[in-house]
Amino acid sequence: MTDKKPVLRLENIVKTFPGVRALDGVSFSVMPGEVHALMGENGAGKSTLMKVLGGIHQPDSGTIFMGDNPVVMAGPLEAKAKGIVFIHQELSLAEELSVAENIYLGELPTKSLGRVDWAKLADQTNAILKKLNVGFDANTRVGDLSIANQQMVEIARALTVDAKAVIFDEPTASLTDSEKVVLFDVIADLQETDVGIIYISHRMEEIFKITNRITVLRDGQYQGTVETADSTEESVTQMMIGRTLDLSRTTSDHALGDMALEVRGLSCGKLYQDVSFEVRRGEVLGFYGLVGAGRTEIAETLFGLRTPSAGQILLDGKEVHITSPSDAIARGISLVPEDRKGQGLILGMNCRDNMTLPQIDALKSGPFVAEKAESKIFDTYFKQLDIRTPSWKQQVGNLSGGNQQKIVIGKWLSMHPKVLIVDEPTRGIDVGSKSEIHKLLRALASKGYAVIVISSEMPEVLHVSDRIVSMYSGRVMRTFTSEEVTEDTLIQAISGIPAKQVPDAGGVAGSDRATPVPLHS
Amino acid sequence: MKPGTVSTALKSGAIWGFIILELIFFSVMGEFMAISDSGFLDWDNMLLLLKQSAPIGIIAMGMTLVMVNGNIDLSVGATFAIAAIVLLDSMTWPIFAGLGDWVIPVAWVLALSVGTLLGALNGLIVWKTGVDAFIVTLGAMLGYRGIVFMFNGEQPTSHLNWTLVDFAEAEVLGLATATWFLLAATGVIWFIMTKTVHGRNAYAIGDNRAAAVNAGIRVGPHMMINFAIIGFLAGLSAVVFYSESGSVNPNDGQLYELWVITAVVLGGTKITGGAGSVIGTFGGVIAIQLLRKGLGHIGADTSTVNLVIGLILVVVLILDRQLNMKGKEELKV
Amino acid sequence: MADITKQQIGAFLGKQGILIAFFAFLIGFTIANPKFLTPDNVLSVIRSSAILGVMALGVTFVVISGNLDLSVGSMMSFSTIVVLDLHDKIGPALAIPAMFAMTLALGAFIGFLVGRLKLNSLIVTLGMLSAIHGLTLTYSGGKNMDIADKEGTWFSVFGQGEALGLPVPILMFVAVAAFLGLVLSKTSFGRKVYAVGGNSTAATFSGIPRARTVFICYLISAACAATAGLIQASRSLGSQNTVGQGLELEVLAAVILGGASLLGGSGTIFKTVIGVLILGFIQNGLLLIGLQFYVQFIVTWVIIILAVWLDIAAKRGKLWSQIA
Repeated sequence: MTDKKPVLRLENIVKTFPGVRALDGVSFSVMPGEVHALMGENGAGKSTLMKVLGGIHQPDSGTIFMGDNPVVMAGPLEAKAKGIVFIHQELSLAEELSVAENIYLGELPTKSLGRVDWAKLADQTNAILKKLNVGFDANTRVGDLSIANQQMVEIARALTVDAKAVIFDEPTASLTDSEKVVLFDVIADLQETDVGIIYISHRMEEIFKITNRITVLRDGQYQGTVETADSTEESVTQMMIGRTLDLSRTTSDHALGDMALEVRGLSCGKLYQDVSFEVRRGEVLGFYGLVGAGRTEIAETLFGLRTPSAGQILLDGKEVHITSPSDAIARGISLVPEDRKGQGLILGMNCRDNMTLPQIDALKSGPFVAEKAESKIFDTYFKQLDIRTPSWKQQVGNLSGGNQQKIVIGKWLSMHPKVLIVDEPTRGIDVGSKSEIHKLLRALASKGYAVIVISSEMPEVLHVSDRIVSMYSGRVMRTFTSEEVTEDTLIQAISGIPAKQVPDAGGVAGSDRATPVPLHS
Repeated sequence: MKPGTVSTALKSGAIWGFIILELIFFSVMGEFMAISDSGFLDWDNMLLLLKQSAPIGIIAMGMTLVMVNGNIDLSVGATFAIAAIVLLDSMTWPIFAGLGDWVIPVAWVLALSVGTLLGALNGLIVWKTGVDAFIVTLGAMLGYRGIVFMFNGEQPTSHLNWTLVDFAEAEVLGLATATWFLLAATGVIWFIMTKTVHGRNAYAIGDNRAAAVNAGIRVGPHMMINFAIIGFLAGLSAVVFYSESGSVNPNDGQLYELWVITAVVLGGTKITGGAGSVIGTFGGVIAIQLLRKGLGHIGADTSTVNLVIGLILVVVLILDRQLNMKGKEELKV
Repeated sequence: MADITKQQIGAFLGKQGILIAFFAFLIGFTIANPKFLTPDNVLSVIRSSAILGVMALGVTFVVISGNLDLSVGSMMSFSTIVVLDLHDKIGPALAIPAMFAMTLALGAFIGFLVGRLKLNSLIVTLGMLSAIHGLTLTYSGGKNMDIADKEGTWFSVFGQGEALGLPVPILMFVAVAAFLGLVLSKTSFGRKVYAVGGNSTAATFSGIPRARTVFICYLISAACAATAGLIQASRSLGSQNTVGQGLELEVLAAVILGGASLLGGSGTIFKTVIGVLILGFIQNGLLLIGLQFYVQFIVTWVIIILAVWLDIAAKRGKLWSQIA
């Protein structure tokens, strides 16, 4: 490989957004035939870097080289024309159209009268599909394919252009094990054709299986590039996290109260199965796992947004059937949802009205809304949570991410819930607000709230939780106490690697995935 | 079997099942309640039905294309009326006085051009302003109707050209002229939607607009062409209908958009775009016309037809929703 | 810098453009015909806008909740015919509540379809436009409906009466607007309407019942259509089956002109009243300067598109769309 030149080289890329230095002098190169992993926590700058590469963002400074030539990616189409191909995590396919039409979307071969040259299209497509060795043909409707096969269509699309570099963004998030094997074969075939491959993933075992080198980003800064063969999971994790964790911070400084919520053998179809855990008043229970592991779906079930197919939910020791969000709210369960803008807030509404929305029926003076009471509630949490907004009249859409999140948290605190579920509390929030929100979550626990924190960021989970439930592919793998948890065991648990020894932590079933616990009946 | 296959099969077959059901129902009911002596399933009756389907059917083909593309056109009834007036009025214009019967093709071309231009205007506005097609064509429904009244106020516009009437009343191979036009429109739009790059791109845009944009498909021109096509077909529908009748009322074509959209939705086209077929729409058109005729056959008046059509549209939506439900795991929002 | 000013101008035009255009129209019309801004004419414009206006008030709720209602024209015809028919059968005192009950039942049906079953409101109400029209024709047997004793009934008070020196239709419009304005801006239900229209997912995640909220919006819309039908019936004491046909478009035009976004979540009763008046004055002004009635169709067309265009142009900061 040493005699070859990189197909793609990024040098000293800097990109700032208002208030955030998203990329701070990042350099990165891919050799032909190499699989190069790009790693880092959420918010480390991976996706920004890829958007710069794909022409969606323009860098403030720095240069992109292809071969020896500096290039400017003016837009997505230009990046594609230059041979940069993305396999996105969210599929961008037209489900009603055939596989062939999707692969050649925008570039259908034509003959007279503007007709599609179906014969040529089928030939070209089948040639590509044959290379990929897939089990469907050119005429299959894409909507009828499994997610994995849809991903194959995306990959096939990459092969139609003269690809120089192919970027896989979390490609295995929704694949089964056998589907992964097919994907890795395809990547191996791509390597043979001297294409450079950038592979973005959180899954250590995949990284170590298929990549040649690993580049790590942290907080928008380049942390270094290592040969995969010379590294260990621990050393890479260390680069990603960048600090030894102060686990003592998670020890409770207060006694735990009564059992607030107990979940026994809860299942919801294919989304998650046989999930059991409990949380006491004054405790922060962390949920850690990859995207799609079923954590959010559990939260949604507890909040009355999904109907469980089996299992029990006990609140204060009594079994409850939660039928709707208003039912959940009445029972003292609150949810700060994952998608702040889509689910948490009404962006066109002002700060105060957003905050008082769940209890609007209770705030009455005569037939009307008691605006004074509303303002009082807003003022309380405005001060308590240190929300920075010029006035309550400000539309929530104009606030920063951190302040928006505080509005959502304030909304639920004002309801004085028994159980507060917080899903990805600090996603897309600047560092300062992050630690504020972490402190707030700990403070809530010490006040006697039972808090459930779902997060994809390991330091966050380790930092705020008294105990951590690890999930993989819809199942609880293991529950750790803050004393026993290590990064290694946690990463193993959420990657589906069976633990070498399984201490019975917290009385909750954690087990080898090969021998799943039978479904709760 | 893969998920979705059952509902897809049900949906594509449903319209033909519905037509058969209608045929049986009206034949049987007709035995008891018929106000005329002839049977419902009479061959001549069926041929007449095809002919009467033409005005709505021709426009419905264009609506299929526009709705698959992810848009909607509420102005087709008004466009239809304008084209009809242009057709009849232009034959009396002094500049064409020396043409004799050659005025007929000239009038046709004028009517079709006006329809096409009005459609294209809608498309251009949707493209360039970014205002939703629903609003643009809702406004045009009013505005184009205003243009209709500009010609003759509230008076009807009439002109009978006997050559034209003969042509319209002619039968070739047992089928009326209007029927041939309906079949031709169906065939051409079927060709465009299934065989051409433009048609396939229209599907892609309606199905996943972001993906289409990413793939470099130019959304604007495609939408504008489709609006021009539906405008052309509204003009063609007017040409077919008024060649025979020879008189336009300024309120003609009102509620056509409702009939047309009902036929298209009944034929299985997705309201949000991306899926639908001309063959399904053809079925939808026949089903609606059967219903109108059938209800008449058993003695119901037009009011019942309006009632039934409206309710059928609602029932189709309900069925469509039930078939597309993902089951209990679904998020309740 | 230039960009910012341009955007600010755009935003200003988007917000206030309609009012500016309205005043330009008023001045223009007054110059063209001095009769335009006389008290008599102003009163007659408001009076003739009352029926449309009351319907627009109800549709405002539906639009803010993120839906559409194209059935109000048919519904208004229905209530007009029903109340006229029942007037001679059971007397006006019973006919009015009976008519309201029947119209509300129709509204409840639509509300169920759109709220509970989450069907596409455009297509549902388009279908109901036809269905209710058919229902009206069936009810009347296709005949015009007339009250037998036109002189001797107190029923004419809603359309023809006067109180406090003002025509009753204007008073009813004002009263309904004031009541619904309070409901929308001051009550918890009003807040829920904005929440559901602004972001129905987030509203659900806050425990707001989307289905019930949308349902009630359609009930309000039906009640307003019934009130409009009452005024119409009382004014003419006889009616065709098609009296409300096409009104749904003008109603929607008024609501859009007032600045309610068809995406839901924004708009107010006050703005809708402004929209109704703009439409009324423009139509009246066009007639006064001697233009035919159909010119108002064309003007309304242009105004609707301009209004929505300016609104979204201000939001995206660019006049022309980004569609390739």
